[in-house]
Amino acid sequence: MNLDSMTHSSGEWLRAFGPEADIVISSRIRLARNLSSFPFTNRANTHQKAEIETYLKARLEKLEFDPRLVYLTLANLTPLDRQLLVERQLISRELANSEGPRGVAVAPNEIISVMVNEEDHIRLQVIRSGFTLDEAWQDADRLDDKLEERVPYAFSEELGYLTACPTNVGTGLRASVMLHLPALVLIKQIEKVFRALQKINLAVRGLYGEGSRASGDFYQISNQVTLGKSETTIINEIRDVIPQIITYERQARQTLTRENHAQVLDRVKRAFGVLKNAAMMTSEETMDLLSSVRLGVNLGLIDDININEVNDLFIHTQPAHLQKILGKELDSEERNSERARFLRDRLREIDGNMN
Amino acid sequence: MHKCERCSSPATVHITEILGEGKFEEHHLCEGCAQKYFQDTQGKGAGSKALTAEPVSELDEALFGQQECPDCGIKFVDFRNNHRLGCSRDYDVFRAELMPLLENIHGETRHCGKTPRNFPKNKQAEAEMTQLRQRLKRAVDREDYEEAARLRDQLKTLEEA
Repeated sequence: MNLDSMTHSSGEWLRAFGPEADIVISSRIRLARNLSSFPFTNRANTHQKAEIETYLKARLEKLEFDPRLVYLTLANLTPLDRQLLVERQLISRELANSEGPRGVAVAPNEIISVMVNEEDHIRLQVIRSGFTLDEAWQDADRLDDKLEERVPYAFSEELGYLTACPTNVGTGLRASVMLHLPALVLIKQIEKVFRALQKINLAVRGLYGEGSRASGDFYQISNQVTLGKSETTIINEIRDVIPQIITYERQARQTLTRENHAQVLDRVKRAFGVLKNAAMMTSEETMDLLSSVRLGVNLGLIDDININEVNDLFIHTQPAHLQKILGKELDSEERNSERARFLRDRLREIDGNMN
Repeated sequence: MHKCERCSSPATVHITEILGEGKFEEHHLCEGCAQKYFQDTQGKGAGSKALTAEPVSELDEALFGQQECPDCGIKFVDFRNNHRLGCSRDYDVFRAELMPLLENIHGETRHCGKTPRNFPKNKQAEAEMTQLRQRLKRAVDREDYEEAARLRDQLKTLEEA
């Protein structure tokens, strides 16, 4: 699998294709599993971790599953390539930055990834564009069955799949939906939505998971409870609440265009103007401006760029992507000017195609 | 994971100060700050909380989870410090401490989702493999390489089955 070729596309999670894709960016299912005969990763020594990796690598590569998985040993990758995988949401920051034998099996279409020696021995993930939780669960369930044929999982009848952290025990399932909610942020109603979600035991996180800021107005909604409910119950609870949030966001968008049309138009046009002209640009600012442009495109306020082009810019301006595209390592100041140059060039190119 | 509570470097040293009477205090520090921490507490001499703590009674010991998992060797207090269990057997070993915690987190204490298809057929094989791995480790420890090689082959056959 060629990591360099990844930078030509935006990967599955930002393809923003499928039902409600203007608001629901992607749907994700994660299963935590452990091998019964080894200590959990945090307690395994290097030798044991190497054993776990060899054992799982062989089985993941041989898995009769379509699409076939390609195994990447993280120790063999440069920090930049590891960061690239984080930005594409194929591995966690924790796995990228930890040490010792560890890796990830990835499907070339980037829908499936199986992390090895993360917090749990196995972290299986399916990520799909749009509002597609059920399809993602079917893929994950099928892959889990296949793997379980060859790998003895740590499981107890009483407590289900046993995990390193008791917050994941039971189903080991985290179902999450990534939403783009710029209008709710603008009319300052987002906190209210979060409080309502927390009341029903759902968690809200930023773009790159735990502890990350919600840059670009992207939010992940996921379950907290993993024990005592079946997988389908957990997924249904999330699936049922998402349409309400979509409705709130649509109402907020309507309110904005009806009551604050000039201000919103100004915001969108300014964001586009800055992206097209700035000489230095941090990734945070880029995300925030692109978020406004994305809202503008979805509201029909701007037709200089289409939604796929905006989505591509979100990912291609991330630090590792930018460096891979430009083919050189850059410090953060260099990145900020190269990012601004990249945006100027891309947007001029897009403008040229449109006219 | 944890950041050092004194600076923002990653915390690599986790300290549980036992204050007595079922109370304890957790600190998560990076190596540099941990060294300072130990110097400071020692500098304070007899005034330091760590050194003047009451001797722990048997009851307190139970509360602090001094019991050790025979498989992975962690104590419950280790779990309290880094929020990760050491192996799947910990769910049995620390059952008394974990059940209320699970109730708290999930509101439930019984799994009602998916069951591995091979369960419980696999269970026996697993138990056997865990046992073999332990015997293998002991054989290596006492440098009985002949026995170790035999056990390794046995394990391999089981793993491939």
